[in-house]
Amino acid sequence: MSSTRSTRLMRRCDVGDTTVAAAPPTVTVRDVPVQRLSPRALGAAFTLLAGAVTAGLLFGPAGLPAAGVLHALVDAVPGIDLPGGLSDRQLSILWQLRVPRVVLGGLVGGMLAIAGAGYQGVFRNPLADPYLLGVAAGAGLGATLAIVTDLRAFGIPLAAFVGAVVAVAMTYVLGSRFGGRSSASLILAGVAVAAFFTAMQTYVQQRHADTLQEVYGWLLGRLLTAGWNDVRTVLPYVAVASAVLLAHRRLLDVLTVGSDEARALGVPAGRVRLAVVVAATLGTAAAVSVSGLIGFVGIVVPHTVRLLAGSSYRIILPLSLVVGAAGLIIADVVARTAVAPGELPIGVVTAFVGAPFFLVVLRRWGAR
Amino acid sequence: MTATQRRASRRHVLVGALLSIVLAAGACTTSPERAAPDADAADPAAEPGKSADDVPAEGDYPVTVGSLEIDRRPERIVSLSPSATEMLFAIGAGDAVVAADEYSDYPAEAPTTDLSGFQPNVEAIAAWEPDLVVASDDLGDLAVSLEAVGIPLLLQPAPADVEGVYAHLADLGLATGEIDGAADVISKMQAEIASIVNAAPETDEPRTYYHELAPDHYSITSSTFIGEVYRLANLISIADAAGETGNPYPQLSPEFILDADPDLILLADVACCDVTAESIRQRPGWDTLTAVVRGSIIELDEDVASRWGPRIVELLRDVVDALDTLDAAV
Repeated sequence: MSSTRSTRLMRRCDVGDTTVAAAPPTVTVRDVPVQRLSPRALGAAFTLLAGAVTAGLLFGPAGLPAAGVLHALVDAVPGIDLPGGLSDRQLSILWQLRVPRVVLGGLVGGMLAIAGAGYQGVFRNPLADPYLLGVAAGAGLGATLAIVTDLRAFGIPLAAFVGAVVAVAMTYVLGSRFGGRSSASLILAGVAVAAFFTAMQTYVQQRHADTLQEVYGWLLGRLLTAGWNDVRTVLPYVAVASAVLLAHRRLLDVLTVGSDEARALGVPAGRVRLAVVVAATLGTAAAVSVSGLIGFVGIVVPHTVRLLAGSSYRIILPLSLVVGAAGLIIADVVARTAVAPGELPIGVVTAFVGAPFFLVVLRRWGAR
Repeated sequence: MTATQRRASRRHVLVGALLSIVLAAGACTTSPERAAPDADAADPAAEPGKSADDVPAEGDYPVTVGSLEIDRRPERIVSLSPSATEMLFAIGAGDAVVAADEYSDYPAEAPTTDLSGFQPNVEAIAAWEPDLVVASDDLGDLAVSLEAVGIPLLLQPAPADVEGVYAHLADLGLATGEIDGAADVISKMQAEIASIVNAAPETDEPRTYYHELAPDHYSITSSTFIGEVYRLANLISIADAAGETGNPYPQLSPEFILDADPDLILLADVACCDVTAESIRQRPGWDTLTAVVRGSIIELDEDVASRWGPRIVELLRDVVDALDTLDAAV
């Protein structure tokens, strides 16, 4: 079904191209056929999210009684007074640790997934993920420097954020200077910058073996130090970045036919790419700065959505946001219960589930 | 660079010695085993001019420490383990230590260098012309490489408990000819630990503690070395439940820590990570913890808490003192 759709899309655009070459453009952006987001798919995604949030609130090593948790949640609704159910300490476990952790997991997961979808759209590359242009390597170096030096007072999240933005800016400058702004040259510049930053990060880490554990813990990703502070830090970035990405969903659909074709259709491919990359990068950098490096969410979620619901970015972007949030909340439930009362790094969980899943996706891709 | 020159000349001697072995073996079928002592004699580190009479009393060399045979009293020791450095100085063998690794910062007179115990560079170690290397771990083929250049290596891995520390001290005493010095340190430690433990408040139930290694809640179980030290004062770790999965250094869920509500909080991440008794109060939900309310939080010297040297006595004393104030608060 989806293959017929894409052939139809291609044929229509080929026609568009020849029309442009021969006569004044009669084809406009609005003529690029796309699937609409069905209420059913959106409903399913939100159901998944609701289930994930419920699991996230109910399961944890502290073993809060489910009835007590529900009691406390109802009590928190304004206008309803239903005291009792949980002790003071249990209440603080719920409200100071579990709830912010679920919220943060949702924000980070949603951000990584929608950013991954955005990158895949602008680079027309199914392997693109939010770390493609060096976000992870830059953030890793920033965080490591903050951990091993006196920059700690400056804050690990801020250092990671700055590192991530610097790395992507370098990628953009190098890619457009030496490669003439093609997406392939940007990706290659990203590979080079990421390798360089990773080398520096490894060097710094190696020179300060006494902080190895903390650096390592950060690199593997975690939501466990999450409190409301982290939520407040990330929320504005996720909100703005997601809004910008969602606003570009139609333009990303047009870009799927190729940048030259899109240009012929009046879509400024370069400007769309810059806007999407900036939004996805800032959002990802903010997410990574509080959670460390969580892999595979940005690749697995958009592809799942693509396979199950359709390949239009009007479907992929919003659904990735919701499904990504649900996915990371579920991964975090695994992270904090699998070896309870110990913690698994959440990056290990997402990669453990994500890597085999990714192979399935690749197989489906190859079968087409 | 004299060190480089020394290394270069040393290598020439070694090559020469190897050549002579090969030539001797080829020419008159002398077995390499018989030729080997000659090669040793040509080694400048062997100091052939020194007679056995010059060796101070106490240690009669050669001595055998574990599987390691030491021919003469070491005079140029390289320590790649901060714990070993502390022990060597404590037993009176500090004068023989010519170089210590980058983290050997105690005692102050320890000759700290940029040698690494994690990524040992055998050439850099050999440049010190050591006649004994002490290390805690055989990382990066250290043992094989040192054997290849003929430098004896005494491996002293992390001990399981305080008895293991005494064994390490005794071994170091034997190896360095400071047998009496080592025995003194051991008996002093035993006496002090006994008096601290005797003075510790009696409790029916063991007290619980949360020992924090890093701000993201890495902790220790009671079966680690430090855990065994705490156990002397009838303390057990809340992380023991997580340790059942086989990891003695588990990362704990913050909500589990709140739920477990330990009697004591021991911070071993003060210097590394700016964690303080005050800053953990700010963590979400932690203001409800009994230990935080009572102020039963100890900011540990993380060097002391991560090494196995004579200073563990101080660590134990600090913790037991905190137990006393805990009882006063009840």
